[in-house]
Amino acid sequence: MLFRYRGSEGMLAWAFHRISGVAIWAFILLHVFDIWLASVNASLYNELLSIYASPGGRVVEALLGAALLYHALNGLRIIIMDFWPAMTRYHKQLWYANWVLFAIIGLPILVQIMAPAFGFAPPFRFGS
Amino acid sequence: MTTKYSRSGRVRPSGSGWELAIWYLMRLTGLGLFVTALAHYIIVHFLYDPSQQTAKWIADERWGNIAWRTADWLMLAFVVFHAFMGLRIVVQDYTKGGVRTLLTMLLYIGALVVFAMGTMALMTLNLTAPVQP
Repeated sequence: MLFRYRGSEGMLAWAFHRISGVAIWAFILLHVFDIWLASVNASLYNELLSIYASPGGRVVEALLGAALLYHALNGLRIIIMDFWPAMTRYHKQLWYANWVLFAIIGLPILVQIMAPAFGFAPPFRFGS
Repeated sequence: MTTKYSRSGRVRPSGSGWELAIWYLMRLTGLGLFVTALAHYIIVHFLYDPSQQTAKWIADERWGNIAWRTADWLMLAFVVFHAFMGLRIVVQDYTKGGVRTLLTMLLYIGALVVFAMGTMALMTLNLTAPVQP
C-alpha cells in the first residue's frame, strides 16, 4: 500500500507520516527501556549514554529529531484539515509550509547536535 | 462541499463510537505531544547535551523537581496511547484475520508494559531525599 500510488504531495505527506511514525514508535520502546534501566542499574545506563553521545549516536538523534519534527508539523496539518475542511483545498501549500518550518526550526538544532561530533563546542550556550 | 475525507490523515469514523473516540484522542494526544515531546527534545538535545545526562544528572537536574516528573508522566501517557494506537492503524492496514487480532493484542499488552516501565522509572529513579518527620 505504501507505494501503490504515483507520488504527489498528498501521498508523500502520508507516506512520510507513516514511516516517521513507525520509526518514532520503535525509538519510544528503546527510550522507555533506557530510562527504566537508569532507575534499576545506573552504571549500565551511563554506558548506554556514552553510545548516545558518540558521533554515530548523534546522527541517529538528528534523524530522530527530523522524524519527530516532520511528524509533528504534518500532524498539525492533518488536524487543520480535519477540523477546517476548507483548508483541504490547500493541502499542498500546507505541506510546503511544513518544509519551510522544518528547515527553519531544524537547522539550528542540527548544528547544535552535530557540532560535538566534529570536535566543536555546541554553538548555542545556555546557563552554565 | 461535504468533506468527510482528509488528506493523508484518516477519515473520521462514523460507524462506531469507540473508533470515533480513538480518532479524537489521536488528535488530542497529538496536540499534547506537539508541546510536550518537542519541548522534551529541545531540552535534552538543544539546551543540554546527551554527554551530560548521566543517571545522576537526571535525578538531580531533569527530575529534581516533582513537577517535572509529573509533566513527563503526562507525556508518557500521551505517547503510549498515540504511538501504540498509531501502530494499531498500521497493523489494521496491512494485516487481516487472526494475524491482525494477534498483533493488535500484542500491541495492547506492549503498551501496558511500556507504560508500567516508564511509570516505574518516574516514581523510583534515585528518590533519595530524606523523609522529614
